[in-house]
Amino acid sequence: MAGVSLRNVLKSYGELQVIHGVSMEIADGEFIVILGPSGCGKSTLLRMVAGLEVISGGQIAIGGRVVNELEPKDRDIAMVFQNYALYPHMSVYENMAYGLRIRGLPKSEIDARVQKAAGILELGQYLERKPRALSGGQRQRVAMGRAIVREPQVFLFDEPLSNLDAKLRVQMRGELQALHRRLGTTSLFVTHDQVEAMTLAQRMIVMNAGRAEQIGAPLEVYARPATTFVASFIGSPPMNLIPKDGKLLGVRPEHLEPCSPADAMLTIELDLIEPLGSDTLVYGHIADGQSVRLAARLHASAPAQAGKLPVRYAPQHVHWFDPVTGKRIGP
Amino acid sequence: MEKRVVYRSAWLPYALVAPQLAITLVFFFWPASQAIWFSFQLQDAFGQSSSFVGLQNFVALFKDPNYRDSFTVTAVFSVLVAGIGIALSLLLAVMADRVVRGSFAYRTLLIWPYAVAAAVAGVLYAFLFAPSIGIVTYVLKGWFGMDWNWVLKGDQAMALVVIAAVWNHISYNFLFFLAGLQSIPRSLIEAAAIDGAGPTRRFWSIVFPLLSPTAFFLLVVNVVYAFFGTFGIIDATTQGGPATSTQILVYKVYHDGVKAADLGGSSAQSVVLMAVVIALTVVQFRYIERKVNY
Amino acid sequence: MVENRPFLTFLAHAILILGVVVIAFPVYVTFVASTLRLEEIMQAPMPLLPGDQLLENYSQVLTAGSTKGSRAAVGAMLVNSTIMALAIAIGKIAISIISAFAIVYFRFPLRMTFFWMIFITLMLPVEVRIIPTFQVIADLGMLNSYAGLTVPLIASATATFLFRQFFMTVPDELAEAARVDGAGPMRFFLDVLLPLSKTSIAALFVIQFIYGWNQYLWPLLITTDESMYTTVIGIKRMIVGSDAANEWNLIMATAMLAMLPPALVVILMQKWFVKGLVETEK
Repeated sequence: MAGVSLRNVLKSYGELQVIHGVSMEIADGEFIVILGPSGCGKSTLLRMVAGLEVISGGQIAIGGRVVNELEPKDRDIAMVFQNYALYPHMSVYENMAYGLRIRGLPKSEIDARVQKAAGILELGQYLERKPRALSGGQRQRVAMGRAIVREPQVFLFDEPLSNLDAKLRVQMRGELQALHRRLGTTSLFVTHDQVEAMTLAQRMIVMNAGRAEQIGAPLEVYARPATTFVASFIGSPPMNLIPKDGKLLGVRPEHLEPCSPADAMLTIELDLIEPLGSDTLVYGHIADGQSVRLAARLHASAPAQAGKLPVRYAPQHVHWFDPVTGKRIGP
Repeated sequence: MEKRVVYRSAWLPYALVAPQLAITLVFFFWPASQAIWFSFQLQDAFGQSSSFVGLQNFVALFKDPNYRDSFTVTAVFSVLVAGIGIALSLLLAVMADRVVRGSFAYRTLLIWPYAVAAAVAGVLYAFLFAPSIGIVTYVLKGWFGMDWNWVLKGDQAMALVVIAAVWNHISYNFLFFLAGLQSIPRSLIEAAAIDGAGPTRRFWSIVFPLLSPTAFFLLVVNVVYAFFGTFGIIDATTQGGPATSTQILVYKVYHDGVKAADLGGSSAQSVVLMAVVIALTVVQFRYIERKVNY
Repeated sequence: MVENRPFLTFLAHAILILGVVVIAFPVYVTFVASTLRLEEIMQAPMPLLPGDQLLENYSQVLTAGSTKGSRAAVGAMLVNSTIMALAIAIGKIAISIISAFAIVYFRFPLRMTFFWMIFITLMLPVEVRIIPTFQVIADLGMLNSYAGLTVPLIASATATFLFRQFFMTVPDELAEAARVDGAGPMRFFLDVLLPLSKTSIAALFVIQFIYGWNQYLWPLLITTDESMYTTVIGIKRMIVGSDAANEWNLIMATAMLAMLPPALVVILMQKWFVKGLVETEK
């Protein structure tokens, strides 16, 4: 097993720079999620670790060995692709065995590894099937099986759950966590889904426009977003950002509570009310004429009717940001 | 469109394209440049020496009434082959698309003429329409009182090669029309039926417009076919005759080059034909581009 | 069918049946003529029911050929045709698939130049460059040889484009997965790309086999030796003059033999044939 080091990693296509120097030390056995909107460079970063993209600048080291110039096969990594990339003409068994065959492992060793992985992933009865005869979830498992049999130092996941339906995604998330507990292999997992990131990550990198906006444990990132981008990207509905005294005041929707008009710190002109049963989401804008949009998460028992809603918030739940740089101010 | 994944190798890609490229250079580019070169040369009667004569071969070519004739013959021939071929195959394709039962069987029974060599098709029709013994000739003479003898009559010779060419190419047109028809969404036809359009109305107002790209494509392909693909038919039946009434351009190149051994003239004709192919290819690609942009 | 109109359905069947009959008629007559004695054909009209000379006529042409014009045995010509068709089909597929692979999966200097060079060959059908191509073959001493018959016809822009198009639809991730698995370019080509191209190969094979079998002008030019005749050329060489001078029963038997293999290929491999035809032209 091994850690991964990203040292000021750069990527550019000709004049166009898409990754602007990302640095991070990933410990051995850590589960890291790279989170960001589409086009932020998260997949590119992962593919640079995999060796599928040339590294334009900086260094990537796996287990202390700089891999910049190494072919993917020599980096001791395994990758799970978004569309699984299973070889359509090969059986499940052959798909998993292919990489091992190329490496010239003895047949008995290949068979032992494939059988073991199939056991872990409960694929035993499908080994002779072709990928097209499998369901989405099963294909996903085969793709993971193909990664597992290599017994690599690092697993790379490129949005592996995004082609699954919602229910299956939750299930596979659980399986991934269990797998990581069992194998303890260092993992990099790319996604645009914040729920996946929050639930899977030990630490996460939030990326925006080719930069790492924040690196940290999920709850820490949620509690203390480093930039307005992170604040509004993580959390649903996103954090309310209100201009105040030349700064931006941030407060999460669940931290707004209804109060009497006299105590009101804000008054929301309600536009839309969504009762979800467990709680109620309300959307609107600030009553004082500014066009700032607001959202609040209220108790299910809260009054659900159009009109003005006076709310207040506790001072410990307030975040301040610089409106120009978007950076967090203060603690 | 480009692939994201690329392999790097200093020699492998060259080795992979080498066979294709070598054949292309030796058997396409070299002869084509020779044709262009020869088209500016005049050879003496014994083929011993040749001299550069500029555009003289081309001037002579277009002054030659036989060559202009050959252009007319080719034009008439292509229009007839393309027009009749497209109309008949469209009719058959629409019918085959309509029937529910037996559609596959009809397709099987209609596609095999594609497998018949042009020269063999020519021999078949030469036999059917043979002036003295042909079975069709017998019907034409006996039942309709026609004086049928394509060996002597130019317009009959033209009719013969047109019929053979249409027959030989009909499966191709048919398959493309059928594929085009089958790609028209069922729901569109059904919507028109609910709007009260009958089968004929539906055909002209919905099916035909949607089929027009296919029809245009086939028009170009049929013209190319009539220009170049029918050499075997002509050679196996009329050999350009009687006189020059079925001597299409390709046949004239062959005739002048091989039989009359007029290298310069034949090469000039080749160059003109290349220009025609290039023009047709450009037309076709314009069309494909448009189709892609839909 | 959208609504039930029995008359239109009946009309459709009637037109189709008429079409099938008219289209099949020449071949039926050919078959009948190939089973008759020459004298029976010569009396106009010839009978329209098969005669009893089937075995005699066919064994005559297969082993000895006609007695007028070309006297080469058609059996040998069928062998030549088969060699030519197979060599052209297989050769075209082989050189096209590897050049398409190079053009799609590699980046190298002159890549687009090569691509356009192959593309331009679309515009140079053999018919327009007859004489100079003949000259090249003669200079290379390839007249009357299988190489001369096949090699010049093997380069193919359409096949290269078909494979290129197919490769473009193969997901990038597949090649990446192969790379992560440690497969180099040739390994990826042989283990992944080639098996995936099976249907395209089958489709092209049908089209190119027919193309090769039915070649006429090219073998006409470069085969002067009877032992190199293909079947299609053989038929033409059996026709020596006007109607009555020919041994039509033998010519028609040879025509049947010339039509049979490609027709069988078309009908038996109909699925791939249709696919190949419609896709090569896209």
